[in-house]
Amino acid sequence: MPTYIRIEDGRARLAEDAFSHVADDIADLETGGVILSLARFEAEGDRLISEGRRVGVRLASDEQVEALAYDLPRISLVALDFPKFRDGRAYTNARLLRERLGFKGEVRAVGDVLREQAGFMLRVGFDAFEPADGSNAQEWDAALRRYRHVYQRAADGRAPAFAERER
Amino acid sequence: MYQYDTIDKAMLEDRAAEFRGQVARRLAGEITEDQFKPIRLMNGLYLQLHAYMLRVAIPYGTLNPTQLRKLAWIARTYDKGYGHFTTRTNLQFHWIKLADTPEILDQLASVDLHAIQTSGNCIRNVTSDPYAGATAEELDDPRVWAEAMRQWSTFHPEFSFLPRKFKIAITAAPKDRTAAKVHDIGLVLRRARDGALGFEVMVGGGLGRTPYVGPTIREFLPANRLFSYLEAILRVYNRHGRRDNAFKARIKILVAALGKEEFARQVEAEWAKIGDSTDLPDTELARIRGAFAPKSFETLPARSEAFETAKAADPAFARFVRNNVKPHKKPGYAIVDVSLKAIGDTPGDASAEQMEVVADLAERYGQGDVRVTHEQNLVLPHVKLDDLPVVHAALAAAGLATPNINLISDIIACPGLDYCALANARAIPIAQHIAEKFRDQERAERVGELKIKISGCINACGHHHVGHIGILGVDKKGEEFYQLTLGGSGAEDATVGQILGPALPYDRVADAVDTLVDVYLRERQGDERFLDTFRRTGTAPFKEAVYADVH
Ligand code: SF4
Repeated sequence: MPTYIRIEDGRARLAEDAFSHVADDIADLETGGVILSLARFEAEGDRLISEGRRVGVRLASDEQVEALAYDLPRISLVALDFPKFRDGRAYTNARLLRERLGFKGEVRAVGDVLREQAGFMLRVGFDAFEPADGSNAQEWDAALRRYRHVYQRAADGRAPAFAERER
Repeated sequence: MYQYDTIDKAMLEDRAAEFRGQVARRLAGEITEDQFKPIRLMNGLYLQLHAYMLRVAIPYGTLNPTQLRKLAWIARTYDKGYGHFTTRTNLQFHWIKLADTPEILDQLASVDLHAIQTSGNCIRNVTSDPYAGATAEELDDPRVWAEAMRQWSTFHPEFSFLPRKFKIAITAAPKDRTAAKVHDIGLVLRRARDGALGFEVMVGGGLGRTPYVGPTIREFLPANRLFSYLEAILRVYNRHGRRDNAFKARIKILVAALGKEEFARQVEAEWAKIGDSTDLPDTELARIRGAFAPKSFETLPARSEAFETAKAADPAFARFVRNNVKPHKKPGYAIVDVSLKAIGDTPGDASAEQMEVVADLAERYGQGDVRVTHEQNLVLPHVKLDDLPVVHAALAAAGLATPNINLISDIIACPGLDYCALANARAIPIAQHIAEKFRDQERAERVGELKIKISGCINACGHHHVGHIGILGVDKKGEEFYQLTLGGSGAEDATVGQILGPALPYDRVADAVDTLVDVYLRERQGDERFLDTFRRTGTAPFKEAVYADVH
């Protein structure tokens, strides 16, 4: 099981993962929530949801969240993949999920997820992380609150510098 | 000048603290060099041929005397007593020890300087007009927008892992001193017929392996919509720019592949969805604008007797004035170009002592303002004509008054094989040889404006594609060879230069430049610049002469 860190009440905490990642070629699903690829979700999502299962979708970095626009109300979580930490497309996906598509469920960072990226991820709307660098929840918590200020509006609702200055 | 407030300062302190922790982890062996590499690159720390290189950002090329003195102190304390100003208007220290870097970042932060986003695939330091706030040519002060972009781009959560690095230039003058058309985004301030302020937006210019002059995707963007429009451009690029091949990952490749109309259409569609939610409020723009409000210029007569007398009495001063002094918007003031191209020295290098001299002059005679140009020189933008003789004398004593701005020895050169691990060939000694050949200022002035730009490899950090004469280091069976291009320009008439012919060996390059100049002097009509003559004649006469020489 990978380490699973969630933001709860503004803090990063180690949490129990109620979902399992399911590869496309695994026929038997474990019990509990499942995270499927977009292709498998499109093929089997309706049936699984109608059976009462909680379903999440994992998007590759070259897939766009707009593909899920009509399904979002039925989806429990969206996992966005970082094939390499340098591949920044998931930041756009996360931000659009929150700001444009209004998704309120979990947005999870999976793949090459490093604590150095924590601050950026939080700002675009990620609230769950599977770190790939062996980092723990305390380290994530520290990384997330590293910067006392931010300069831009983003999906986290933090007041940017220009708004703070007006107070 | 913009003053950092507690928020701006806190950003730098937090960054320095973060990096201190990261270096400690590396020095303790908790992370490998491989794991550390992306971390240090986010802080402008490169591993070069001989040592670490730290690239300090100089936002839109603006420094105050305190900052320049701190850079001098760092050069003396942690480097070999000098620094190198780059074509991105940054300053590089080439001989840095890893263990010293946290302390250096703290020292930089203490004077509002940093190395944030001087490397990595993020939005880099914005380039602006080094004459901003001083030239009568400009429509608006571009520094206002450059500072707003500095803040917007700093730790941008969505755009810090782009397909490739991203460079923005902004200018408000018809004479482009920023090379806006060869930037990922070039912004030129315009006024609409009704007087409203806005930007012409050019996207997808760039140098490197595949040079492009950036096409205009919007003729007029209302100024207050800048940030939502930038977000739209960056978002289209972040999603669709190529990530499979680093050499095809710049936005210029995407724009060229889609065509500028289709790229523009995608940007406009995204912009419509974004709306104005990410535009900067007018109050914040007004706050920044206030910081750049005109200095307290004195009301002076346009003519200075002291200046005229010195010019008549001292030919060296007169020559300096002809080449290095430009008109100021206020009567009785001038813009002074400080040459970092002393004959025989490394283009762009400044010793700690030289930095201190410039800092002192800026403080005493220059309203505390220093600029860095992308042509690797410095500028004192606000000097009284009355003070020019003393300023000139002080600069000359420090080796900073070479009267060669825009002349043939005002050469841009990247660090090349003397420092850079990617280089094919040396760039600095080539620049030195050429400058030596034109040591005679009389002759250099007769030749007039001639921009030579030298890169040690195809990455084109020396902007060779846009040199009137461009020189590119190539590797031929392990030997240094140089390809010459002619007719490039990085200014408002931006053009990519044409290759002259087969590459030349190291020891033939300076002679070849000499030959090119002779051809120009022979062919030129009226007051044509080298570039004008070349545009009229084409490569033929130049090619013939250079290769006749070789055979
Ligand atoms: S052009 Fe090439 S050699 Fe010169 S600094 Fe850039 S990468 Fe290095």
